Amino acid sequence: MDIDLITNVLYAMVRTGTPLLIVALGELVCERSGVLNLGQEGMMLMGAVVGFIVTLTTGSLLLGFILAIVAGMLMSMLFAAIALGLNANQVATGLALTIFGTGLSAFIGAAYVGTPITGLEPIAIPYLSEIPLIGKMLFAQDLVVYLSFGLFGLVFWFFKSSRLGLTVKAVGENPHAANSLGLPVMRTRYLAVAFGGGMAGLAGGYLSLAYTPLWAENMTAGRGWIALALVVFATWRADRIIFGAYLFGLASILNLVVQGLGYPVSPNLLAMMPYAATVLVLVMISSNVMKSKMYTPMWLGKPFHPHT
Amino acid sequence: MNRQVSATLSGQLRLQLKGITKQYPGCLANDQVDLEIAAGEIHALLGENGAGKSTLMKMIYGVTKPDAGEIIWQGSRVEIKDPSMARKMGIGMVFQHFSLFETLTVTENIALALGDEAGDLQLLAKKISTVSKQYGMELNPDRHIHSLSVGERQRVEIVRCLVQDIKLLILDEPTSVLTPQEVETLFVTLRQLATDGCSILFISHKLKEVQALCHNATILRGGKVTGDCVPAEAGATKMAQLMVGVDTPISSNYPKATGTEVFLAVQDLTNSSEDPFGTSLKKVNFSVRRGEILGIAGVAGNGQEELLAALSGEHLLDSSDPVKFAGLGVGLLDPRKRRELGLGFVPEERLGRGAVPEMSLVENTLLTGFLQGLLNFGFINQPKTEQFSQRIIDDYKVKTPNNRTAAQSLSGGNLQKFIIGREILQNPQLLVAAHPTWGVDIGAATAIHKALIELRDKGAAILVVSEDIDELFLISDRLCAICDGEISPAKATLETSIEEVGRWMTGVFEPTESAVSEQLDAALNTRSIN
Amino acid sequence: MFLKLEPRGEASRAMSYLSPLLAGLLTLLSGGIFFVFLGHDPIDALRIFLVAPVEDLYGFAELCVKAAPIMLCAIGLAVAFKAQVWNIGAEGQLLIGGLAASAVALQLLEVESFWALPLVLLSGMLGGGLWGLLAAWLRNRFNANEILTTIMFNYIALYLLLYFVHGSFKDPDGYGFPASAIFADSSLLPILIEDTRMHIGILFALLAVVIIWVMLSRSFIGFQIKVLGLDSNAAKLAGFKHKRLVAVVMIISGALAGLAGAGEGAGPLEQLVPSISPGYGYAAIIVAFLGRLHPVGIFFASLLMALIYLGGELAQIELNLPLAVTSLFQGMLLFYLLACDVFINFKVKFNRPQISATLENS
Repeated sequence: MDIDLITNVLYAMVRTGTPLLIVALGELVCERSGVLNLGQEGMMLMGAVVGFIVTLTTGSLLLGFILAIVAGMLMSMLFAAIALGLNANQVATGLALTIFGTGLSAFIGAAYVGTPITGLEPIAIPYLSEIPLIGKMLFAQDLVVYLSFGLFGLVFWFFKSSRLGLTVKAVGENPHAANSLGLPVMRTRYLAVAFGGGMAGLAGGYLSLAYTPLWAENMTAGRGWIALALVVFATWRADRIIFGAYLFGLASILNLVVQGLGYPVSPNLLAMMPYAATVLVLVMISSNVMKSKMYTPMWLGKPFHPHT
Repeated sequence: MNRQVSATLSGQLRLQLKGITKQYPGCLANDQVDLEIAAGEIHALLGENGAGKSTLMKMIYGVTKPDAGEIIWQGSRVEIKDPSMARKMGIGMVFQHFSLFETLTVTENIALALGDEAGDLQLLAKKISTVSKQYGMELNPDRHIHSLSVGERQRVEIVRCLVQDIKLLILDEPTSVLTPQEVETLFVTLRQLATDGCSILFISHKLKEVQALCHNATILRGGKVTGDCVPAEAGATKMAQLMVGVDTPISSNYPKATGTEVFLAVQDLTNSSEDPFGTSLKKVNFSVRRGEILGIAGVAGNGQEELLAALSGEHLLDSSDPVKFAGLGVGLLDPRKRRELGLGFVPEERLGRGAVPEMSLVENTLLTGFLQGLLNFGFINQPKTEQFSQRIIDDYKVKTPNNRTAAQSLSGGNLQKFIIGREILQNPQLLVAAHPTWGVDIGAATAIHKALIELRDKGAAILVVSEDIDELFLISDRLCAICDGEISPAKATLETSIEEVGRWMTGVFEPTESAVSEQLDAALNTRSIN
Repeated sequence: MFLKLEPRGEASRAMSYLSPLLAGLLTLLSGGIFFVFLGHDPIDALRIFLVAPVEDLYGFAELCVKAAPIMLCAIGLAVAFKAQVWNIGAEGQLLIGGLAASAVALQLLEVESFWALPLVLLSGMLGGGLWGLLAAWLRNRFNANEILTTIMFNYIALYLLLYFVHGSFKDPDGYGFPASAIFADSSLLPILIEDTRMHIGILFALLAVVIIWVMLSRSFIGFQIKVLGLDSNAAKLAGFKHKRLVAVVMIISGALAGLAGAGEGAGPLEQLVPSISPGYGYAAIIVAFLGRLHPVGIFFASLLMALIYLGGELAQIELNLPLAVTSLFQGMLLFYLLACDVFINFKVKFNRPQISATLENS
């Protein structure tokens, strides 16, 4: 294998892993607060379609990204209103969000399928990007990839040493105790869900504005679900999420590698890889029951009502 | 009214409640409650389960709000909006079910409660060490809560209140999770606090403790104040009657029995916990004879859950021998097979284990009663199941509109009578009951005790695991204690004392016989090798 | 003024029946408003969506054609959901069922036997059942979350289907289209009403609904499934075999979804095509919730869902709307249902600014 191929694979791995990293970081914060939002796919799709249409009509990528984030947040607030405000089953509400988001995005994006735009271009940092092997991977990416590095650092710091991070953990572990201590359980959860929504919107926008600058129905192709598995894989720890995201990035570009090496394998079988890898990884991580019990936020997915 | 307050601070009222009323759906939890506490006073709030004590404290601490009435704090009327406001006023609370976060450290837990006042965590940690030493409750601020014993956790709760400028400390049934020795230590701390001018509201249903500690007492029954008194002067009988009403028989004595042959034999039971925060069992040995009640005392979290799961079959063992029913090893048998061999089981959690909350009493009869001929080729025999459920309701005087009522709408005491009745009517040869009377009113508790004694006299072997040491002395024929996954030797109840069992509960006991002989063997072996 | 939720002492039975109706009404209302926004006459648009598809016998027949797979998937899901096993994989189980049925049907192209059809359907059930069992096994043996594994199996099933349709199952005489050969007549489901596509699949669906109803309400295994879902600790203490029950419900729901897939291939499609399911497996999740996991409820909810599918198709033709309007309505319906369900366990109160009585007294 030549060094160019490896350099390019590493570059593509990070690029492909970036949307997963962003969604998973958002969902991590959400789940640590005790809320399981299975609507990632729906929020991402809305972010993707809104970002795309905005950029197409205004010509501004920045505005596209901002409104993608806003779209994701609005979707997450719809989830929050029903799952938190009305105490509904979080699994069902998350599924509803995915189904609704899939339909709504396809509906409003129907007229834009196949329209090309100029996407976000990579910015190579002089000198650094020329480091062999890892230079291109780390320093020749686009702005959102750089931003995702920063977001990772932010979330890592948030749980390690911020007061709000401590509150989020407490609320996710035992909302009743948190409530009796006077911690703002519901407010914390709404904020965590909104953060998750914003991140999903950003990741969706990244897909339609940078990764493959176009809009296609259902273009997230299960990335939201994979991100959910990623959080389990990372045992709810930020440092392991970045590792997992790039691992899945690698699994997703396996077809490029295999084609690059000239092996004739059915593209349909190769397309299965990220999903099969997800199952495999879930199995490996979850089989240690003790460990998964220890790390899972204790109140994850269970409704909490302060008056009961 | 005759009030006795520390002389130096007399007259200065810290907290006054006037006509506090709180209505919950279907229950008037507090009805026109009045209460006064002076500075430096230790005041008892006495009442049995369900009398409305917890509701009242929650209102003082701002967790819930009263529907009517007023709260007067140091002379001025206040509306306590939330716990953080209560804390700022100088009110601290130690919950019965601790409000602690297992995965966080002591310092982090305390910082969360303090909010912005917590400041730098390292400084806070130092302060925690200092304060905890000052009041004789040493704590390591860096430890995670899940690694602490129940007694230590309570210290965290108390220290959490003390690191602030505290004027009123509320403790909800604080002694129920402690060994008798720990109770003594706690009382020393509380008296010291009161001498420093802090008022203490001590919630309890145990008369002896209230008499030992408190200056004054207010007694609640059915949400209403039934009287105020000075516990040291008032007789226990009078206080008890205020608590439970005149017509309820307060105490009874049951004759002790010795039993016949051994039914349940537990030998060298070693079992690691499935719960990452649980306690593993270490070489547990004991036996229960037919016709006797063995009581196992112990503070929660010392391996009781693991022991009970190993007996019920919820946790299967690696081999069959450590647990034997009438000589037959059952360690590898699932709960159903053990039931077929005569096991009846009353778990600690009534709703959500002993009974399915949303299901009717008929369906809950089927839950464990399905072996009593209630099935026809895999289908449910509805008339028979209904008959059986009605028999339980009638025989055990379960108060319920009918047998279609959901289990969750029964009161704790009635549901417990139903569950115990369901198990007893299946004629068990061995009944294992975990904390059979926690949280139930005295009437139901007496009925449950009588049912257990009756079953014993019919020749069943009974094992009762409880945190309530008084209850164990009342009904057990023999007693032992569990501590950190080890079990003390058992002694006849009449030959031991609360002090001795209290020592066992802290782990001070000689290893059981077979463990000793094994150690001897091991020692001999090493010698012979050498 | 604030909305405040107050817990009811006991769940309201009336509300648990009313809530789906209320959700339907709200969806209808929102749909009307939505059509106004798009510049259509709301009444006319709703008529096209909900009435026009079933105005004639042909429409009724099509309704049954669509309702059959939805009902089969949903009644199976209801069993799993009752046990709190979150099988999101009906779609994948349906696809594998279709794939397995086709594999057999393609071997029987020249066979004219009464046994051809039962064989085709059984292999569909077997395929779907095993696909479901796989997720159950991963949960039982490795503790892997079934929501995520079944979703992943949906994607994997889809690519497996594509692999075969583009590969060895492709009709050599099919002008390169990714589709199998047309099945032999003996492998096809008999038509119930002549000149329509209505086949006996709907009878299978009704039979499944009745059997599951009896199972859940009268049998001990159904009781165990319900206990497991409501209170797994009680099930454990009573000695019900947790893992075996998980496997049973996954096999049941997988096999029924597989039967739905086989029924599509051997029914209206008469061959294996990549688009064998327009998301029936996902729609069935909504149907299961909308029908309160109760067989009778699921029967009606399936018909409604089938109608939404037909309406979406008709709206595409008559109103020039994207087909995505179907999943938009589906999502909306589920949202409204979940929102209305709050009334089952809570009373909603309006908090008026209150003047405390004690203040006046003092």
